[in-house]
Amino acid sequence: MSAVAGTHAQDHHHGPARGISRWLLTTNHKDIGSMYLIFSFTMFLLGGTMAMVIRAELFQPGLQIVQPEFFNQMTTMHGLIMVFGAVMPAFVGLANWMIPLMIGAPDMALPRMNNWSFWLLPCAFLILVSTLFMEGGAPNFGWTFYAPLSTTYGPPSTTFFIFAIHIMGVSSIMGAINVIATVLNMRAPGMTLMKMPMFVWTWLITAFLLIAVMPVLAGVVTMMLMDINFGTSFFNAAGGGDPVLFQHVFWFFGHPEVYIMILPAFGAISQIIPAFSRKQLFGYASMVYAVGAIALLSFLVWAHHMFTVGVPVAGQLFFMYATLLIAVPTGVKVFNWVATMFRGSLTFEAPMLFAIAFVILFTIGGFSGLMLAIAPADFQYHDTYFVVAHFHYVLVPGAIFGIFASAYFWLPKWTGHMYDETLAKTHFWLSFVGMNLAFFPMHFLGLAGMPRRIPDYALQFADFNMVSSVGAFMFGATQLLFLLIVVKCVKGGEKAAAKPWDGAEGLEWTVPSPAPYHTFSTPPEVK
Amino acid sequence: MRVHAQRVGALLGGLSFPALSMADWTVNMTPGVTGTSNDIFDLHMTIFWICVVIGVVVFGIMFWSIFAHRKSQGAKPANFHENTLVEVLWTLIPLVILIVMAIPATTTLIDMYDTTESDVDIKVTGYQWKWQYEYINEDFGYFSNLTTPKDQINNRQAKGENYLLEVDNPMIIPVGKKVRFLLTANDVIHSWWVPDFGVKKDAIPGFINEAWTRVDKPGTYRGQCTELCGKDHGFMPVVVKAVPEEEYNTWVADQKAAAEKERELTQKDWTMEELMERGEKAYVTACAACHQADGSGVPPAFPALKGSAIATGDMAAHIDVVVNGVSGTAMQAFGGQLSEADLAAIITYERNAWGNKVGDMVTPKEIFDYKNQQ
Repeated sequence: MSAVAGTHAQDHHHGPARGISRWLLTTNHKDIGSMYLIFSFTMFLLGGTMAMVIRAELFQPGLQIVQPEFFNQMTTMHGLIMVFGAVMPAFVGLANWMIPLMIGAPDMALPRMNNWSFWLLPCAFLILVSTLFMEGGAPNFGWTFYAPLSTTYGPPSTTFFIFAIHIMGVSSIMGAINVIATVLNMRAPGMTLMKMPMFVWTWLITAFLLIAVMPVLAGVVTMMLMDINFGTSFFNAAGGGDPVLFQHVFWFFGHPEVYIMILPAFGAISQIIPAFSRKQLFGYASMVYAVGAIALLSFLVWAHHMFTVGVPVAGQLFFMYATLLIAVPTGVKVFNWVATMFRGSLTFEAPMLFAIAFVILFTIGGFSGLMLAIAPADFQYHDTYFVVAHFHYVLVPGAIFGIFASAYFWLPKWTGHMYDETLAKTHFWLSFVGMNLAFFPMHFLGLAGMPRRIPDYALQFADFNMVSSVGAFMFGATQLLFLLIVVKCVKGGEKAAAKPWDGAEGLEWTVPSPAPYHTFSTPPEVK
Repeated sequence: MRVHAQRVGALLGGLSFPALSMADWTVNMTPGVTGTSNDIFDLHMTIFWICVVIGVVVFGIMFWSIFAHRKSQGAKPANFHENTLVEVLWTLIPLVILIVMAIPATTTLIDMYDTTESDVDIKVTGYQWKWQYEYINEDFGYFSNLTTPKDQINNRQAKGENYLLEVDNPMIIPVGKKVRFLLTANDVIHSWWVPDFGVKKDAIPGFINEAWTRVDKPGTYRGQCTELCGKDHGFMPVVVKAVPEEEYNTWVADQKAAAEKERELTQKDWTMEELMERGEKAYVTACAACHQADGSGVPPAFPALKGSAIATGDMAAHIDVVVNGVSGTAMQAFGGQLSEADLAAIITYERNAWGNKVGDMVTPKEIFDYKNQQ
């Protein structure tokens, strides 16, 4: 017995198990990273399909394709699936794959918990998506699920939605604990905190944000659960409760959540721009401090989502000033990226194209954010399509372009093959045009007075809605091309060198491509 | 098959039609008609131009790098990667810009919050899915419902000019007077918005929010509910008519007289036919959004009334549901919303329409007594 165990223990370099058990039981960070990424892309397509339903209904005035009840279910599920199913798991997938490779660790610190935190996700989304088939339909109160619309007036499936949110929360918290434990304990000798790659830094800070706010989300949905099923009145005014309390608690989670979805993209972009500029990242230290400042400020600005609920004027002023302040560290980051490109030696492979588009379009989203921060002006913008344009500009070319840039950047490392550059550039340009066509006109619609979350609209909004729908269909269809490119890259293609990008820096490029099943069993030396 | 053909037709028609006849490519906010909306518009334009200037500088430098520092042009990378002076500058300059921006924003905000010394007070209550306007110093009030016909919404009829932005009873305000709005809601959170006034405020159950406006130009101003409030969130517009003061005073006098007349209806002797006739109209305005015009409902959230146990059972239980609502569900308490005459008519109608054949009736007087017993 001991002899067998001993032999096994010495056999460090065995490959993955065969068949389904490889995926069910794996504790390997690369396998788990791949599963997260595949899951995230599946959810991206599902949430995207719902967006197509929304845009099809809004293609012209009148009700054509769906009824308002179902339209509200689509907007709600689209938001929930994109936030919790597509963007967050994609970044956890990237973290799983890249953090150990970047810090010279053999795996994540807590591999079994890693497995569990992944496998909770499909369960959570199975429950969430199944509500579509329940009597009374899926949640229909928007992804922000304001009470009392989501409590007293919610559909019967709301309790399942709450359960699904709880499971996602558990998964996210475990993922975050894993990142923190890995980054703080498993860095290669010589890699001090201020030598860590930016992607690792941003994820470390994101992980702290997750641990801070996911329990708040769990708290607010638990209060809903009590209101719905156990006769409490947290949010029911008739029972002495406070509907506005819901919004305070929700946005105390919700605002840091916004940064949870963007900070890892900041990190990835800070790896990619220097690589294709062949020049070191400008202002590394200020980048780290800026991310820290953004994370801290994110706890002090939640009520800027609530300027119209009747917060006292002193509160309005505080939240307006605090929100404006976030523009300073965010500006520092953008200036640093531009300064990195300045006097570099630039080439424009797909990751760089997505990264440049990220900087430009995310900044446009930042500008509209600055406009929204001006409280008096927000009275006109609030809950109109201007807000929809704003957050899609920070999330689509922000978070999602950040994910695409990362995917193309590291695909050679993951698969051992180069992806098809022509197809990838086509994917970029079609996405770029489609996305701007879909979301830019929404600024105009909002300024002209179109409220968000309506299935039908007045005639003066008809033209830009049609343009927006055409852009959305184009963007949506283009994403199938990404699937094709990845499948093609996994199956074959030009062999990738250990370091396929001549300007890239970091430990991940010191291991062969594809990265072996086990890497850094002996820690590398970092000088 | 026909449905599909219709959809394809609608799709093709839609492709060419709006672009030709309804071209409206408004890209910016309108300044509106009040001091507040003009202040907001100025703030909006100032911050917009600040963003444009920053954008031109930052993207300009970026495009210059993309153009001039390409590897294919033989660019060799420079070696710099930090510069304390530059980094301090681009932290401080934005900070100064923000402070400059915050000053006028603060002034405008404080002005928007000053609801004192109003001339007219109107209580605005949001309901699923209509607005109630009560002129609290004049002792009358009414509901404001969407009037766009279902056939226009379902594309069986050409859409009118004010599609989805038209109501039966708009709010009427006098020009040149400070009007204070007291906003609350009966069920879920709504939000009352008139873009031309620069007034948007949430109507929240259990809270009374305040906002104010002073309109100098007579006219009809249209807006919408802006907080998701359920199924018909997109179908509860806000229409406000600003009229000269004399016209306003006459209108108020008429409304007061009409309210008095409505109260007298309670004492009148009603026949079954009269109740059924009034009931059908009142049902369409107050009940049909949820329970549907044919009483079929949208189960499970909104049960059918056709053949239902309540509508065909004990009268007292039926009155209780309509007057007091059903707590924990979307069924509101209509006792405070509708007149005794309307309540009696609706209940009588529900018991004797769509094949429900209870045959009994309840008079406004009986409803009045029932409400007084409670």
